[in-house]
Amino acid sequence: MADVRDALMVGKTSDGKLVRRPLSPHLQVYKPQITSTLSIFHRITGIALSVGTLVLVWWLVAAATSDAAFARASGFIGSWFGMLLLFGWTVAMWYHFCAGLRHLAWDAGYGFELPTVHLTGKLVLAATAVLSVLTWIIIFAVR
Amino acid sequence: MADTKGPEIAIRRSMLGRARGLGAAKSGTAHWWAMKTTSVALIPLTLWLLFSLIGLQGATRAQVAAWAGGPITATLLLATIAALFHHLYLGVQTVIEDYIHHERPRVVWLLVAKGAAWLLGLAAAISVLKLAFTG
Repeated sequence: MADVRDALMVGKTSDGKLVRRPLSPHLQVYKPQITSTLSIFHRITGIALSVGTLVLVWWLVAAATSDAAFARASGFIGSWFGMLLLFGWTVAMWYHFCAGLRHLAWDAGYGFELPTVHLTGKLVLAATAVLSVLTWIIIFAVR
Repeated sequence: MADTKGPEIAIRRSMLGRARGLGAAKSGTAHWWAMKTTSVALIPLTLWLLFSLIGLQGATRAQVAAWAGGPITATLLLATIAALFHHLYLGVQTVIEDYIHHERPRVVWLLVAKGAAWLLGLAAAISVLKLAFTG
């Protein structure tokens, strides 16, 4: 059934033809900016990390189940595919962590000036790279 | 606030209505606040978990069980699981509400996400409890 609000979405062109108005400027209209790009990264990494908890739960459940179950879980995590996933999740984790700290600062009322926003955005990216590399250096060092 | 010459708005609402502060939004700041509290809790907890897991590389099941079953570790693990799954659900909920526009599939996906978060969180928590109580 048509919604009465649909009437507001119909407009006329200069030659009198009825057209459906666009809802609002959509994503493809805008040039990607560091602000919007980092914002969607925060969501994407959040979802990726949510999926990553499946492996954490699997590992914990396996540890509480049996040696065979634990061997399967740790075998998967230690495989090249498991390591690749872990690498992706550490990068996602550090990004979400750093960008999350930036969000907490915003919520406390700091860092809204545009130069500051751009600076902290770049800092988040740099910190993610450094911390991810550092984490994997530590991982291989304590092996 | 000292400038009294600027434009003014008379707020025609009862004191109770203003105190509740809900209006057309239907809900207050509970979601936002829970996101903040869980994220603050997760700052130390994820760092602790990350470095604990790095130290447990190549550990046998018995070693992991001994680690997870200790009272302090088990407490921190349960706290991490609770904060993590609460935070995770709030995030997934926002994504579902933003991108699924039709009422019915939106409610279905919200229920699926909530059920999955609860079941996975409970499975993780019960595993930790089992390791804590039986080793």
